[in-house]
Amino acid sequence: MSGVLVVAEHRQGEVRPITYELITAALKLKEDGAGPVAVLVVGGDDSVAGAVGPSGVDAVVTIDSPTAEFEPHLTERAVAAAIEARQPAVVLTGHTVDGFGFAPAVAAANDFGFASNIVAVEANDELTAKRGVYGDRLLAELSFERTPAVLMVRPGASQPADPGGEAPVESLDADLGQSPSEHLAYRSLREGDDEVDITQSEFLLSIGRGIGDEENVERFQELAEKLGATLTASRPLVDAGWLPPARQVGQSGRTVKPKVYLALGISGAIQHLAGIRDAETVIAVNTDPAAPIFDVADYGASLDVHDLAEALEARL
Amino acid sequence: MFKIVVPIKQVALLDDEFELEPGASEVDPDWIDRELNDWDTFAVEAAVTFKEEKGDCEVVVITVGDEDSEEALVDCLARGADRAIRIPSDDLPPDPLAVAAALAAAIRPEEPSLVLCGVQSSDAASSATGVALSGYLDLPRVAVVRAIELDPAGGKAKVVRELEDGLLEDVSVSLPSLLTVQTGANEPRYATLRAIKQAADKPLATVAAEELGTDTAALAAQAGATVSQLANRPKGEGAEMLSGDSDEVAAALIEILKERAGVANGGGS
Repeated sequence: MSGVLVVAEHRQGEVRPITYELITAALKLKEDGAGPVAVLVVGGDDSVAGAVGPSGVDAVVTIDSPTAEFEPHLTERAVAAAIEARQPAVVLTGHTVDGFGFAPAVAAANDFGFASNIVAVEANDELTAKRGVYGDRLLAELSFERTPAVLMVRPGASQPADPGGEAPVESLDADLGQSPSEHLAYRSLREGDDEVDITQSEFLLSIGRGIGDEENVERFQELAEKLGATLTASRPLVDAGWLPPARQVGQSGRTVKPKVYLALGISGAIQHLAGIRDAETVIAVNTDPAAPIFDVADYGASLDVHDLAEALEARL
Repeated sequence: MFKIVVPIKQVALLDDEFELEPGASEVDPDWIDRELNDWDTFAVEAAVTFKEEKGDCEVVVITVGDEDSEEALVDCLARGADRAIRIPSDDLPPDPLAVAAALAAAIRPEEPSLVLCGVQSSDAASSATGVALSGYLDLPRVAVVRAIELDPAGGKAKVVRELEDGLLEDVSVSLPSLLTVQTGANEPRYATLRAIKQAADKPLATVAAEELGTDTAALAAQAGATVSQLANRPKGEGAEMLSGDSDEVAAALIEILKERAGVANGGGS
């Protein structure tokens, strides 16, 4: 067994960005000596297959699917068929919502090696990978006894490769059978929300659990207005209904790219940090000096956000 | 009767003062605080709500854990689950495939109509145990759902999947199946003291792997990976920390905001 199989992710005819990050990771494994790189495209039209074979990729393998959109059971069977055909040592999928739906089942049903939430993977003497544990405070270094190893790699772990169509495209026949689930429709989480588009704002004041109770939202709304910032929030506040989904920053909310992101009382879960990667300046204020947000922030202060709000209010 | 099985986890929170010993591959339990996984509270709530609305339904919670994790099971019983099962985790690695294999051995004979899991646990964030379990049980599954509409008579469920970037997908899936439930799907109730007292009378069974036709060694062998070492998360350059009291920090902050965000002198008002 040798080689790397990347499972491409696409939605509504577009290649998802994680695909190009996985290709970068696969090409690095190839440099380490892991063998040829193949990119698997399940379903999707020719434009998807034509975009995921940049220079260095040895083959793009397509498997026709009866459904245009992602279906986890069909993808599971297609990945198993591609593994059977190509005998890779490593399979890379996204640690993404689509990835969650099939990758662990592929590994469980076929007794493959497996790990998810992967931040780094290497194939020097043997395959090793690192994953976040204990709420990302520690990294676990992993080794694998079973092959292939199916690894779900976190968005942001690698720089994206450029799209390209240099690699030959091969079609693989596989009978994917019936699917027990059916795609009905796509909708926006933000339907009917207020009109704010937080991706267009240059200055975001973002609040998290650290603000305490719902009645404190108003204070930070007023502070944001005084500073000329747009108020946004981390997921728990939106889940609790304190702010509408349109104002949620993070993987399931919006990916933002403001000049300044001022995070008040946000500890910095990975899904949140994924949404602020492109912010120019991140300023974080949180009582816990070990909060992960301080790793990505440019400026930080270990303070109670209400004390800070009071001091800012006095100065504005 | 409609039977909903909810696998849950008592998650491990590292103490703020924790320091890693060089070369360690596990954390000394003295440094760990534990609680019921946040995601699982939404799965339990979805199950109990369905039972209350439709009746003729049993909710079974199950965990792979040590004796302490029975506290989390009792919490779920107090929230309205009917009975609980614990599979002792002794000698079982905290690996999603090994845990899913153990859960599968216990859940298979239950013949559930529906399995509800949390999307992930807050400590490991694998997002894998539930869907691996569906692989072992050969059940259809939908990952990351934030709304569930069950139609037992029609043998299907209509669910809303939460994708990235605020996109939702309506999906229909046949029953029995396994769903992983996202936070925000409902409003989890808290267990009242009275309910916790009453929960002590509900059945809580401890079932060893051997009673399920397998053994710990076989389950451990299902692990997808081996942890060779734990390491501290490498820090980036890290933030430049502003020192002083809140007033001094506020003054420094306003200077940074003037420079970086174009905040006018004295603010934007």
